[in-house]
Amino acid sequence: MNITRRQMLILLPAAAVAWESVLAGTPESSPNYKMTEHWWSMLIDISKCIGCGNCVRACQAENDVPDGFFRTWVERYHVTDWHLENPEVISPDGGKKGFPSVAADDNGKYFFVPKLCNQCADSPCTQVCPVGATFISPDGVVLVDQKYCLGCAYCVQACPYGCRYIHPQKKVADKCTLCYHRITKGLTTACCEACPTGARQLADLKNPKDPIHEFLRTHDVQILKPQMATGAKVFYNDLDGSVR
Amino acid sequence: MTTGVEGYMYPNEITLYWSVLIVLYPYITGLVAGAFILASLERVFRVDAVKPTYRLALLTALAFLLVAPLPLQLHLGHPERSLEMYFTPHRTSAMAMFGFVYLWYLMAVLTVEIWLDYRRDIVVMAQSSSGLKRWIYRVLTLGSNNINERALAIDERVGWLITLIGIPSAFLLHGYVGFIFGSIKANPWWSSPLMPVVFIFSAMVSGIAAVMLLYMLIMRLRREKIDMLCVDTIARYLFYIFIVDFSLEMLDLVHRIYEADESFRTLNFMVHTKLYFSQIVLQIFVGTLTPILLLALTQVLKLPEIARKRIYTVAGCLTLIGIFAMRWNVVIGGQLFSKSFLGYTTYKMALATREGLLMSIALTLLPLFILWVLVKLLPPWPEKVQAEIPATTAAN
Repeated sequence: MNITRRQMLILLPAAAVAWESVLAGTPESSPNYKMTEHWWSMLIDISKCIGCGNCVRACQAENDVPDGFFRTWVERYHVTDWHLENPEVISPDGGKKGFPSVAADDNGKYFFVPKLCNQCADSPCTQVCPVGATFISPDGVVLVDQKYCLGCAYCVQACPYGCRYIHPQKKVADKCTLCYHRITKGLTTACCEACPTGARQLADLKNPKDPIHEFLRTHDVQILKPQMATGAKVFYNDLDGSVR
Repeated sequence: MTTGVEGYMYPNEITLYWSVLIVLYPYITGLVAGAFILASLERVFRVDAVKPTYRLALLTALAFLLVAPLPLQLHLGHPERSLEMYFTPHRTSAMAMFGFVYLWYLMAVLTVEIWLDYRRDIVVMAQSSSGLKRWIYRVLTLGSNNINERALAIDERVGWLITLIGIPSAFLLHGYVGFIFGSIKANPWWSSPLMPVVFIFSAMVSGIAAVMLLYMLIMRLRREKIDMLCVDTIARYLFYIFIVDFSLEMLDLVHRIYEADESFRTLNFMVHTKLYFSQIVLQIFVGTLTPILLLALTQVLKLPEIARKRIYTVAGCLTLIGIFAMRWNVVIGGQLFSKSFLGYTTYKMALATREGLLMSIALTLLPLFILWVLVKLLPPWPEKVQAEIPATTAAN
């Protein structure tokens, strides 16, 4: 193939731009990040969630989550009167495109509950992994080594919250990493960043200046399924008793 | 995507990850443990009546044990990484430790016991056969050709010891399979300390029924007389163990119904709808109560031989169906409901996929083929080798 000088002058900048793009996609090292100085968690304020689905979309775009599977999703609860044990729950396509409108004369209460991996400190999923491919990092995030995972799905069975799935193409366990590639660079997670109301806040429990400490002191905060004793680190403010 | 879903499932729960292959895994492992326990009745507990099935039971256990890891292997997303379970096992994982229990049982118990029991026959056959068979038997002797009385007495003693170790090992093997399910606190259908015990007793039931059926079938194919004392004794043990097994399962059920914790309403609904046929009809009525009643008849009434044979055959087949249904209900049932207790999904078995119906049929038939090869290679009928000894001696 013969390339003229003219073509070369056009191609070179294009190649430079392409190379820049390749470099931009390569994770940078985080020389200043010390894992032992952090203990990551998340705060979710139910009263602020409007069920827009921005977090779900942002997560899918950021983490290349396959269709039909979710690292995070939003549920809409509908509880009538005293029927706490029988809530009506929906999450169409994980709440990605929002929710259908409700009848104006409905006497029940509606609220949204964003869900994600609870980054449990005593996680049942890491306990059962036969090869230790899933583990808790020193900064408190439950991760999966996808080059090591067998794809046995034992962890999927062990998670009480339904947060794990087997990636249909990679055939390995996949789950929320709390956007580990972002938080180790000083950024927040994609879902927190995309949330328009601040209903989701990334929090560092080891950082004494993190506002979460003040929040936990002054609010009624709960975790999901405390009876499971998983050491869940996703804290919910204003959590209704009907939420599972 | 949401076809087959009723109520609300967490979105990642809609897909079932443990398919019919994971149903086969405890089923096959249970047959191994049960067959071995039957063999140990003769060896350790000196129940001489079941002697005709002793070797057949051991070979059955081996045939099924060789196939037991295959369904697991086929189900993995990355089967090529499965050996990591041995190289870098995660010590808190029940599944990782199962690999070692399996290896222990295969290498330290079953093959050693079979080899010790057959050593004399192997040496004799290595001398009496020719061609490729001769070479196979010579390799199988592992260079140990001494079959004088003292050597055989040592074989006998060591074999007894191995069987003695083998009984708790068989319990461990299948109890451990139960633990893999029973230790999952996230799943109320599985999470129960009774699970390993129920698995052990159901394993014994299925293994004993399988060997009883195989013995009667092989005798029929060989046009030989069935040793009725042997079959009657096996059936009696099957009956007793079945009653213990059923009692344990009912204890679990009654406990769940009476306690009626947060999961009860969901599980109860599931049993009355999606699991109605496999649990109530197949497992409890067809696969448990009917065989128990049939076996009870043979214990209470003095029935003629032909009637007993037919009853044992029917009861044995129903037992195998019932125990398969039990495994199905545990494995598939445990994934049909949401951990939110608000909904149900559906399991659709594929036909010709890696985890489909045809594969599971093939995996069920494969141990029978292996057993056929083993029986050809190591005939479990002592009289055949006995008959060959004079000929061999004469040839020498």
